[in-house]
Amino acid sequence: MTMETSFWPLAAVLISLLGAIPIVLSDRRPNLREAWTVLIALGKFAIVASLLPSVLEGGGCRFTLAEVVPGVPIALRVDAMGMYFALVASFLWFCTSVYSIGYMRALNEHDQTRYFASFAVAISATLGVAFSENLLTLYLFYEMLSLSTYPLVTHKQDAEARSAGRKYLTYLLGSSVALTLPAMILIYTMTGTLDFTVGGILAGKADASTASILLVLLVFGFAKAAVMPLHGWLPAAMVAPTPVSSFLHGVAVVKVGVFSILRIVFFVFGTGLLADLNLGAVLTALASVTIIGASLVALTQDNLKRRLAYSTIGQLSYMILGAGMLTEAGMTGGLLHLSMHAFGKITLFLCAGAIYVAAHKSNISEMDGLGRRMPVTYAAFFLASLSIIGMPPLGGFLSKWSMVVGAIDGGRLVLVAVILVSSLLNAAYFFPIVYRGFFARDAEDGGEGGIREAPVLCLIPLGVSALFCLVLFLWPTLALQLIQRVVSP
Amino acid sequence: MSFLNLHMYGLTAPLVGAMLLYAAGRLGSRITLPIVFGSLSISLAASVLVFAEVLHVGPFSYTVGNWEPPYGIELVVDHLGALMILLISSVSLAAALSSSRSVAADLHERRRPFFTLYLILIAGLYGLALTGDAFNLYVLLEITSITTYGLIALGRGRAALSSFNYIVMGSIGACFYLLGIGYLYILTGTLNMADLHRIIPLLDGRGAALATAFAFLMVGLWIKMAFFPLHVWLPNAYTDMPDGAAVLIAPLMTKVTIFLMIRVMFSIFSPVYEFIQHMGVQQTIVGVAAVGIVCASAMALGQRDLRRMLAYIIIAEVGYMVGGLWLANAKGMTGAILHIVNDALMTLCLFLAAAAIAHRCGGMEFDRLQGLTRRMPLTMAAFIVGALSMIGVPPTCGFFSKWYLLLGGIEAGQWLYVGALIFSSLVNAVLFFRIIEIAFFPAAAAGDHGGGPQTVREAPQAMLQPLLVSAAALIGVGLATGPIVERVVRFALPVGF
Repeated sequence: MTMETSFWPLAAVLISLLGAIPIVLSDRRPNLREAWTVLIALGKFAIVASLLPSVLEGGGCRFTLAEVVPGVPIALRVDAMGMYFALVASFLWFCTSVYSIGYMRALNEHDQTRYFASFAVAISATLGVAFSENLLTLYLFYEMLSLSTYPLVTHKQDAEARSAGRKYLTYLLGSSVALTLPAMILIYTMTGTLDFTVGGILAGKADASTASILLVLLVFGFAKAAVMPLHGWLPAAMVAPTPVSSFLHGVAVVKVGVFSILRIVFFVFGTGLLADLNLGAVLTALASVTIIGASLVALTQDNLKRRLAYSTIGQLSYMILGAGMLTEAGMTGGLLHLSMHAFGKITLFLCAGAIYVAAHKSNISEMDGLGRRMPVTYAAFFLASLSIIGMPPLGGFLSKWSMVVGAIDGGRLVLVAVILVSSLLNAAYFFPIVYRGFFARDAEDGGEGGIREAPVLCLIPLGVSALFCLVLFLWPTLALQLIQRVVSP
Repeated sequence: MSFLNLHMYGLTAPLVGAMLLYAAGRLGSRITLPIVFGSLSISLAASVLVFAEVLHVGPFSYTVGNWEPPYGIELVVDHLGALMILLISSVSLAAALSSSRSVAADLHERRRPFFTLYLILIAGLYGLALTGDAFNLYVLLEITSITTYGLIALGRGRAALSSFNYIVMGSIGACFYLLGIGYLYILTGTLNMADLHRIIPLLDGRGAALATAFAFLMVGLWIKMAFFPLHVWLPNAYTDMPDGAAVLIAPLMTKVTIFLMIRVMFSIFSPVYEFIQHMGVQQTIVGVAAVGIVCASAMALGQRDLRRMLAYIIIAEVGYMVGGLWLANAKGMTGAILHIVNDALMTLCLFLAAAAIAHRCGGMEFDRLQGLTRRMPLTMAAFIVGALSMIGVPPTCGFFSKWYLLLGGIEAGQWLYVGALIFSSLVNAVLFFRIIEIAFFPAAAAGDHGGGPQTVREAPQAMLQPLLVSAAALIGVGLATGPIVERVVRFALPVGF
């Protein structure tokens, strides 16, 4: 594999970080500020996309920012796995940016400049995680993401936001300082490097007990993946404005957690080592408990965003489950679920936001008959929920199918049961929402209100992302090509 | 040896400035600031040149008045000393900019004595970084201490009492140090560090006397640096002194004393003496440092005043560095030396921010900080960078020194110390995010303090600019950790590490 030095990975990360400056400077001119946001989002996606061809050919590029510790520079590298995540994140950021403009203006929110600037910093950190060459760089951007999203989570600045923000940072920062940092230093002490290397760096250097301790430290240390019992921050963070919940807590933040775990599974431990020491079972056990537990809790939530949050917690663990199977089909399924769930969940959240903007409702019990007034939104919601449940012809089917195959390949029938039971539970918490929307009698006006959709800037992005759930079922080639390079290099 | 003797200019500029200021100050207050900034700029320029020279040519020594050592006074400019003078002169210039503003507001007519003491203190610190003579070190240490007592006593409220407390403790420390030097002089007949270093290993059968001397020296310095449990004087002294003095004293005093401990440990005595002949002592001190870090962090949690909280954090940080040095391995020592620089810079950043906040809000109780991110966005941005460095978030420099300290702790198998470092990082996260949260959320509409934060606006330029520079330096130094370790700290380690 050839790695040429290039400035572009840095540019991909920096464009939105520096972009926060013109956003702040055009505080008093909202149109100009939003133009910057959209422009930066487009630029970012263009840069990421321009790096794609070389990755597909098996190459890539890297950039060293600073030599800070012997053997561990702060460095960026574009490889297949990072490219896969970066593509999803930068594309969806563009959708969310457009949606944010519609949403924030329709609700006449305060402090929009701070909001857009923090968002820009957060996406920089997300791409930084995707393109990190080693664990130290990843840790740097991981922390940057936790901090830059704090003003977004606490955007409302009321008592509830204050306690949610506190919970958010306690979980995320506490776990990374107390668990990830020591694990990272232990790995460095044992191996003298932190580079993500194909096949892992710990093989032959860590015995079974050390490796399992490190694995547990890191799985919980990356608390953004919300593996139970470190999931409490995610439902709390739902006080944020909906675009934040949809992009950050449906895609960027939580996927960064999962991505980090998958990074260390594939490139620090190496699947060979995990298989030898039989540590895949640790991952699948933790993930299974979270999948079933979170789905059960989701059933009981009346607040739509909280239900979606618990659903996210469960779905995130699917990805860990897939990787933990350590079979090719399982790992493919786990990685594939990262993008399938991203498109599905962002659509669901965007729909929740559209419902809030158009009807000012956030509890499911109040949404009777709403589907007749907001057909586009509800249609998108239906498609996306089908994808999350895992029904053809939607993207989610492919990833779940692949994971079931992986579980059977590995002879782990328990895991097949986990996936199937959880899918039933997913259906049980999604279908009632759609059913009530279309068929239940509206308590207020008996469905006489006519069509009252959200602003068009909100509708287009959610329509696009819902369509992609379908498109990804029909043409998953690009995603599979990239995943192929990760799973069997 | 440099034919220009630049380091002498760096040393004498503040001293001459102080005399000029006191003598000519009667002519009018208008010339005060030009003298202060002029002498500090000369000092900084000289330090930069000396530092560059040491990097290129290597260490050199200088005999004052050409009196040959061991009788004359020898100044030693090695990598560590050059790093220290660069740190001292840059921190003091940044601090003086901010002080000029807060002193004008707080002290009015006492500005002249304030800056006179201020400059003498800086000259004393500068001298400490360079001296190669154990008795000279004592004299300079007392110069810095006495000027500090004076500066603290200029503060508000019970500052005089806090200063007196410090005088008592500081004098005990000084006596201990002097006694230690006395023992060494009786044993060896010399006071020159290099000479002592050569003679001490040859002293057979005088182990008890030597150990007494070493213990006196160490305890004396520990009192001066507020190493737990000898720290009790520090919180009051640092809380009550004038803001203008705090921005200078807090970043530098404890850090320079740690540097002196390095001098005593490695330039007078040797690693063999401390780490091999007295291994039990070494283990104990790391243990005490760990306990100190935990206790000081816990006490910081109980404070409701920003500067008092920072004072306890400083005590915890002293534990970091003492523990790191006594880990007896290269990584720990690298971390400790790096942390001297980093901690000085982050303390500078936080105290500059605190001074700016006090200047605008009239105090530093947490309640006054509500809604500050909106009122003083740049000040708070810099404060947050400083806070992140204290917590240890990359790429700020605080992360990298902690990284080396943790590596050293793991290598030495000192799990208590490793645990204490992580505990303290977590506590710092709680401490600082509590403040950031208070500052981020707007004040409750009803219970405003008279005038309240509504009238508060961004800090004046003279306070803001050094603050922003120091915040940028935290990130810059963090990213430059590699070269700093490679080109400076590596040479500052004792032989054999």
